[in-house]
Amino acid sequence: MLKTTRTLAAAAGLAMLAASVFAPAVARAQDTIKVGILHSLSGTMAISETTLKDVMLMLIEEQNKKGGVLGKKLEPVVVDPASNWPLFAEKARELLSKDKVAAVFGCWTSVSRKSVLPVFEELNGILFYPVQYEGEESSRNVFYTGAAPNQQAIPAVDYLLANEKVERWVLAGTDYVYPRTTNKILEAYLKGKGVKAEDIMVNYTPFGHSDWQSIVSDIKKFGSAGKKTAVVSTINGDANVPFYKELGNQGVKAQDIPVVAFSVGEEELAGVDTKPLLGHLAAWNYFQSVDTPENADFIKKWQAFTKNPKRVTNDPMEAHVIGFNMWVKAVEKAGTVASDAVIDSLIGVTVPNLSGGYSAMMPNHHISKPVLIGEVQENGQFEIVSQTPGLVVGDEWSDFLPDSKSLISDWRAPMSCGNFNTATGKCGGKGS
Amino acid sequence: MPRALRLWAAMLLVVAATAATLSGALAADLKPLVRNLGAGGFADTEAAIAALAQTGDPAVVPVLQALEAGDLYVRKEDREVVRGSASNGGYTLTDPLGGAALGEAGRGAVDKIRINNSLRRAISAALGSLTLMSPDAGARRAAADSVFKTRNPDGLAALETALGRENDPAVRSIMEQARAAILLTAAGTPDADRLGAIETIRARGDQESLALLNAVRSAEGASAAVRAAADKAFEAVEMRLSLWGMAQNLWYGLSLGSVLLLAAIGLAVTFGVMGVINMAHGEMVMIGAYATFLVQDAIRTYAPGLFDASILIAIPVAFLVSGAVGVLIERTVIRWLYGRPLETLLATWGLSLVLQQAVRSIFGPTNREVGAPSWMSGSFELGGLVITHGRLWIVIFAFLVFGLLLVALKRTWFGLAIRAVTQNRNMASAMGIRTARMDALTFGLGSGIAGLAGVALSQIDNVSPNLGQSYIIDSFMVVVFGGVGNLWGTLVGALALGTVNKFLEPYAGAVLGKILVLIFIILFIQRRPRGLFALKGRAVEA
Repeated sequence: MLKTTRTLAAAAGLAMLAASVFAPAVARAQDTIKVGILHSLSGTMAISETTLKDVMLMLIEEQNKKGGVLGKKLEPVVVDPASNWPLFAEKARELLSKDKVAAVFGCWTSVSRKSVLPVFEELNGILFYPVQYEGEESSRNVFYTGAAPNQQAIPAVDYLLANEKVERWVLAGTDYVYPRTTNKILEAYLKGKGVKAEDIMVNYTPFGHSDWQSIVSDIKKFGSAGKKTAVVSTINGDANVPFYKELGNQGVKAQDIPVVAFSVGEEELAGVDTKPLLGHLAAWNYFQSVDTPENADFIKKWQAFTKNPKRVTNDPMEAHVIGFNMWVKAVEKAGTVASDAVIDSLIGVTVPNLSGGYSAMMPNHHISKPVLIGEVQENGQFEIVSQTPGLVVGDEWSDFLPDSKSLISDWRAPMSCGNFNTATGKCGGKGS
Repeated sequence: MPRALRLWAAMLLVVAATAATLSGALAADLKPLVRNLGAGGFADTEAAIAALAQTGDPAVVPVLQALEAGDLYVRKEDREVVRGSASNGGYTLTDPLGGAALGEAGRGAVDKIRINNSLRRAISAALGSLTLMSPDAGARRAAADSVFKTRNPDGLAALETALGRENDPAVRSIMEQARAAILLTAAGTPDADRLGAIETIRARGDQESLALLNAVRSAEGASAAVRAAADKAFEAVEMRLSLWGMAQNLWYGLSLGSVLLLAAIGLAVTFGVMGVINMAHGEMVMIGAYATFLVQDAIRTYAPGLFDASILIAIPVAFLVSGAVGVLIERTVIRWLYGRPLETLLATWGLSLVLQQAVRSIFGPTNREVGAPSWMSGSFELGGLVITHGRLWIVIFAFLVFGLLLVALKRTWFGLAIRAVTQNRNMASAMGIRTARMDALTFGLGSGIAGLAGVALSQIDNVSPNLGQSYIIDSFMVVVFGGVGNLWGTLVGALALGTVNKFLEPYAGAVLGKILVLIFIILFIQRRPRGLFALKGRAVEA
C-alpha cells in the first residue's frame, strides 16, 4: 500500500513537472484580455490541432503589434486537452472559471465539441469552432466558423453529378458522429435525386484503420459495374494516409473512380506521395492554392511565423482567421469583452476571408463562405476546378433529414432560439 | 517471321519518308488546332482535344502526352501554346509540334494549361485511338485497354486494321477483347458476331467482362440465342470471380497476418520469453519508422541515386536504433521492476507517453513522408488476383525476420544463453552466464525487431507519433492467442487472426469484424488460458 502511494505521488509529481514544462511561457501582464486556446497538443488529434494552436498564437501576436483590442494587449492561454474528450470539458471549465478568458478558440472533433458544450452554456462563455462538421446543432455560446454540410458535402456531390456524371456512390467514413450524420444527409439527398438504393454503398471503418486492402478492392468491384462511380470520403485523421496509399498501389485512378474527401487537406497530404493520387478531389472553403493577395500575404506571414518555408496552410486555419477577426471586430463594436454583449454584437459582423470575399456571421451562428472543389496535384496542393459563384450560408438544421427539416435557428433578440420549429411555431425540438 | 519483320521495316521506312515530306505541311495544319488547347476553359480544351484526335495524325501524340503530364503552357504575349520544362526559376520553351527550341521564359510569362479528370479521360481516349499502331508494344497495349474501356464504335475500323498487323499475342488478345466489347455494345451487330464476341469476353472473365455481359443479357431487343449465351457466360464468369475472390481474401489475410506477425514478434521476445509486459513496444515500432524516415531523408539530400535502396539501408539502422533504445530502457527502468508485473505495466505505459511526446516535440505532430522505392510501388495481376508489390515484400520480410529470429534463438550461443536465463536464472548464473547482461540484450533484441516492423509499417501506415499505439493491442492479442513463450504460436496466431479478420470483413464490415475477433479471442482464452500452443513442463512454473 505504502509503495503504491509512493508510486502515485511520484507519478503526480512527474505530471506536474510535465505540465509546467509544457505550459506556455507567457508573461503575466496585469492589464490584458485573455484568449483561451483549447486544442489537443498530444494524443491522436495533435496531428491536426497543434497547427491551429500555432495559428492562434500568430494571430494574437499580430493583433498585439497593432495595439491589441480596446487598448489592452491580448494574452493567449494555451491548455492541452490531450485528445481526451472528458478532459476537454475539464480544461474548458478551467479556462472559463479560473483563467476567466474572454473567448475560447478550440476543438476539432465533434465529440470534443459536444463534450464542452454544456460547460460553455453553463458558464456563458464564447467558443469559436473552426472545423467542418455535421450540423444539427446551434448553441447561443458557440460560433461555427467551419462548414455545415450544405457548405461542403452537398456542393461536392452536386459537382460530381454535373461534371463527372456519377451514377454509383460509395460513402466511406470513419465510424463516429460526423461521418454517420453526413452520410445520412447525403443518402437522403442522393435518393431525392433519383439514385437507387443499390447504387449506394455505405462503409464504416474504425478510427486509425490501417488495412484497406479489402475495402479498396470492394470499391473497385463496386465501381466496375458499368456505371460511373465515385467515392465520397468522410474518413478522418490517421486512417487517410494508408487509404490513399492503398488506392495508389491498387491503381484506382481518379479518372476512373474519383474520391472526393471532406477531411483531407494540405496538412493530411503532407505525409503521402501524391503522384498516384493526381485528380482525386477535396471540397473545402479554402485551399492554399487560392490565388488572392490576402492569401499570399497570409501564407507569407504563416511561413515566417513557423520559420518553415514549406509549411502548408489549410481550411480550418482560415476558419480561425475569420473567427478571430470577427471576434476582434465584435469586441470593438461592443466596447467590452462581456459575453452577452459580444454574443449579440457578433451577429452581422463581416470580415474579409482569404478567398477574396467577405464572410458574415449569420443569426444562426454560422458564417457565409464560398465552396471550392479542388483536384490533388503532384506537389500535394489542390487545383481549384470549381467554385460557387457567390457565398453559401451555413444551414445548421439539414433540410434533408425528416426530424430537422422544420427547425431553424435565430439568436437575435425576439426569437433567440437555436431550434425553432416552424411547423409547431415553438422554440424547442431535438438538439439544444 | 523474318518476312513479317522485313515487311514491318519497309513499312516504317515508307511512313518515315512520308512523314518527312509531309511534316511541314501537316504541322501547319495542326498548329491552329494545338493553339485551341489554350483557348480558355475546360470545355474549350476538351473540344480542342477531340479535334486533334480527329486528325488521326501521329504528330498529335506527343502534344497530348505533354498536356496530360501538365507540360503545356500558354505564352501570354501571343497566346501561343508551348511546351515548357522547368529550369532555374523559369521555363525552357519548345514547340510541342516538332520540338523546335523557343527560348526561355520567366515564371510570370506563361500560364499552365490546367486539366481536370474529364480532360484526362478525353486525352487517354484520344491517345487510345492514336497509338494503336505505335511501334512500342506497351503503348499499343495501353491503347487497346483504353479502347476496351471507351467502346467507341467509331474506333472499330482503326482497331481492325491494327489487329490485322499485330504480332504480339498478348496485345493481340486485348485488341480482340476490345473489338468484342465494341461489337457487343454497338447497335446492329449480326447475331453470329455477337455470339463470338460473348465467347471472347467470357474468356477475359474479369469484373468488367461481368458488367459487359450483364448489360448484354438485360438489353432490349437482343435475340433469344444471344441472351442465352450471355446468361451462360455471365454465370461462368461470376463463378470464376467468386473463386478468385476467395483466393484474394486469403492473400489479404496472409498480408494482414504478416503485418501482425511483424508487430508482435518483437513482443513475443520481450513479453513471451522474458515475461515483461512492455506497453512501450509500439513506440519501438514507431522509433524504427522514424529511423527509416531519417535514413531516407539523408539519402534524398546527399545521395538521391540510392533512393531505391533506402529501405534496405534503413533495416539495420532501425534495428540498431530501436535496439539501443530498448537496452537503455531495460537498464534504466525495467531491471528494477522484474517480478512486479503491475508496476512494469504502469512504468512502460508512462514511458510510451514520454517517447511519443518526445518524438512529437522533435519531429512535429504532422506525418512524415516515407516514400516507396520503385520496386515496392504498384501492383501486378496473377490470374484474378491483384497483388501489390509493397504487401508482397512485407510478407516476405515478415517470414525472413521470423526465420532469422528462430535461428538466432535455437542455433546460436546467444539464443542458448537467452533460453537458459529465462528457464532457470540461478542455474544459468551458476554456469557463468552474466544474466543481467543477457536481460538487457534480450530486451534489446525484442525492441530491435520492433524497429524492423517500423521499417515495414512506414510503407503502409502513417509515420506519426501515434503509429505504435494502433498496433500495441493487436500485438498483445496475437502473442496471448498464440501462446506466451512460443514463437511458432505467434506465427500461427498472427496468420489466423489476419485471415479470420479478412474473411469477416466483407460480411460484417470492418468495425463489427474487429469486435467479433475480439470476442472470439476472449472466449478462446477462457477455454485455453495458455493460448494455442501452451508451453508444458517446468518452464511454465518457473
